[in-house]
Amino acid sequence: MSSPLTTTADEATGAGAGAGAGATRNARVTAATPGATASATDTVTARAAAAEAGGPPRLRLRAWRTGTISAVTLGTLVVIWAAVTGLGLIEPLFLPSPWEVATRLVTLTTEGYVDATLGQHLAASLQRIALALVGAVIFAIPVGIAIGRSRIAQGIFDPLIEFYRPVPPLAYLPLIVIWFGIGELSKVLLIYLAIFAPVAIATANGVRQVDPSRIRAAQSLGATPWQQLRYVILPSALPDILTGLRIGLGVGWSTLVASELVAATRGLGFMVQSAGQFLATDVVVAGILVIAVVAFALELGLRWLQRRLVPWHGQAH
Amino acid sequence: MSLLRVSHVSARYPGAATPVLEDISFDIGANQLVVALGPSGSGKTSLLNLIAGFVTPSAGTITLDGRPVTGPGADRGVVFQEDALLPWLDVLGNVAFGLQLHGVAEDERERRARQSLADVGLAGFERRRIWQLSGGQKQRVGIARALAADPQALLLDEPFGALDAFTREQVQELLLTVWRRAAKPVFLITHDIEEAVFLATDLILLGARPGRIVERIPLDFGRRYADGQASARAIKSDPAFIATREHVLKRVFAGQLDDGRPDDSQAPAGQTEGVAA
Repeated sequence: MSSPLTTTADEATGAGAGAGAGATRNARVTAATPGATASATDTVTARAAAAEAGGPPRLRLRAWRTGTISAVTLGTLVVIWAAVTGLGLIEPLFLPSPWEVATRLVTLTTEGYVDATLGQHLAASLQRIALALVGAVIFAIPVGIAIGRSRIAQGIFDPLIEFYRPVPPLAYLPLIVIWFGIGELSKVLLIYLAIFAPVAIATANGVRQVDPSRIRAAQSLGATPWQQLRYVILPSALPDILTGLRIGLGVGWSTLVASELVAATRGLGFMVQSAGQFLATDVVVAGILVIAVVAFALELGLRWLQRRLVPWHGQAH
Repeated sequence: MSLLRVSHVSARYPGAATPVLEDISFDIGANQLVVALGPSGSGKTSLLNLIAGFVTPSAGTITLDGRPVTGPGADRGVVFQEDALLPWLDVLGNVAFGLQLHGVAEDERERRARQSLADVGLAGFERRRIWQLSGGQKQRVGIARALAADPQALLLDEPFGALDAFTREQVQELLLTVWRRAAKPVFLITHDIEEAVFLATDLILLGARPGRIVERIPLDFGRRYADGQASARAIKSDPAFIATREHVLKRVFAGQLDDGRPDDSQAPAGQTEGVAA
C-alpha cells in the first residue's frame, strides 16, 4: 500500500546522505523493509535508482583517487631511484639503476642465474608453497573445526599452536633440518608450519561464531551432526577460513626465503640469497621485486576467490 | 490428527535456585494455535526450546502424537526470532534444505519448496539471495522452510519481534491463513500482547520466576480472521478484543508485580508500553 511512496522517500534520503557503499546498502535495506508487499521489480528498481542517485559514482571517484595517489607514489620512487643512480650518487654495487634491474630481469628469464632461469626458480618456490598450502588445508582446517567445536580438542591444540606460533621460523629451522634432513621435506614443512597456525586459528574462530540458531534450524529440520557440519558449520565458517588462508599464504611466502637458506639449488629465496653472497645486487633487487609481485598476486587472487565463494560476506542479512 | 502434549514439565538450569519453568501442562490439538505470553524471565523461550527438543526438561514429559520428544527433530518445524537462513543458498535452496537433508529427489524437493513458497506469498522469489530480502520476507521464507518438510507441528519463537508494525500485521495474518490450511498444532511465543490476543485460539499467560501458567484464556479472534468472518482491523477494534487485551495487560502486570517490582497498582502508562513493545 504505502510501499512505492516510502520506497522513493527512503531511497532519496539514503542516496542523499551519499556515504558511498554504506549509504547505498542502507537505501536498499530501508527500501526493502516495507517490501513484504513490494513486488520483486520494486526492489530492483529502487536499487537501480539508488545506484544512479549518487552513491556509487562518488565511491568510484574516491577509489580512483586512492589508486592515483598510489601510482604517483610508486612513480615518484622509481624516478628518485633512477635519478640517484643515474647521477652516480649511489654506486651500482649498493643500488643498481632501474634500467639495469630491468635488463637483469630479462636475462634472468632467458639465461637464468645459478643453473636455473627465473621461471624455474619461481616454479620451485611456488611448488613449495603450494604443497605447504595443500598440507595446511588438509590438516589445519579439520584441526580448527575440532578446536572450535570441542573443548577437549581446544585443550589439546590451543597451547601447542600458541607455543610455536610466535617463534620465528628461522629459530626452529635448525631443529627441522636435524629431524628431517636438508631435503625438500624440511623446506615445505617450514612453510607448512607457518601457514598452519593462522588457518587453524581462523577456522576455529569462524566455527565458534556460527550463529547457534542456524545450527538449531538445521537440527529441527532433522540434520545429523555430520550434515550440520557439512551444510551449516563449514559454509558459515568459510569467510573466516578464507581469511586465514590469505594471512597464512602471506606468512608462508615470507617464510620462503628462510626455508630456502639451507641446501636449496632452486627457488627465489635461494636466488636472492646466493646473489647476495656474490654481491650481484641487480639480481637481489630483481628477485625481491619478483617476490613482492608474486605475494601481491597471491593476495589479489585470494581476495577474488573470497568474493566469488562468499558473496554474502559483509552483506546485511 | 496431531496432538502435542506438554505434561508437568519443569526446567532448571544447573546450579540455579529457582526453576525456569515449574509444572507446565497443556495440549495443542491440530486446530489450535496456542500462544504463550509472558514477561522476560517467564521462561517462554525455554518452553519453546523444550518442545523443540533443544533442551531436555528436568521433570515431566512432552509428546507429539504419543511419541516422547527426546531431541530436535523434523516432526516439529521451528521458525526462529532471527531468520536463521543460510545465505549461501538462494530462497528456494533454503526452503528445500530440510528435504535435501532427508534425501528427497531434486525435482521433487524443488516442486514442494515452490509450493511452500507460494503458500507464504513468495512465488517468484525462488532465485533471490537471502540478503536481498526484507525482514518480513525473510520470516516468510522461515515459515516456508519449516512447512516444506511437512512437520507434524509448527513452533514459532517470537517470530515477528524484529519487524515493523505494518509488516508484522501482514505476517500475522499470513500465519493465521497458513495455520488454517495446514491444520497442524501451532505453538507461538511472544511478548506482544496484541499479537497474542489476535493470534491465539488458546492464550497461556506465564508468570515469572519460576515460570508457571497463571491463566489460560480460550479466544477466537484469530480463528474468526482465518475463517474470513472479519478483517483484522475490524477484529482489533472490536470492543471484545480491546477488553481482552486490557484484561491480559492487567494480568501481565500482576505477574510482574510478583516479580519483585515496586507495588504500584496504578501502573503508569509508560510501563504499559514497555510490556506491549
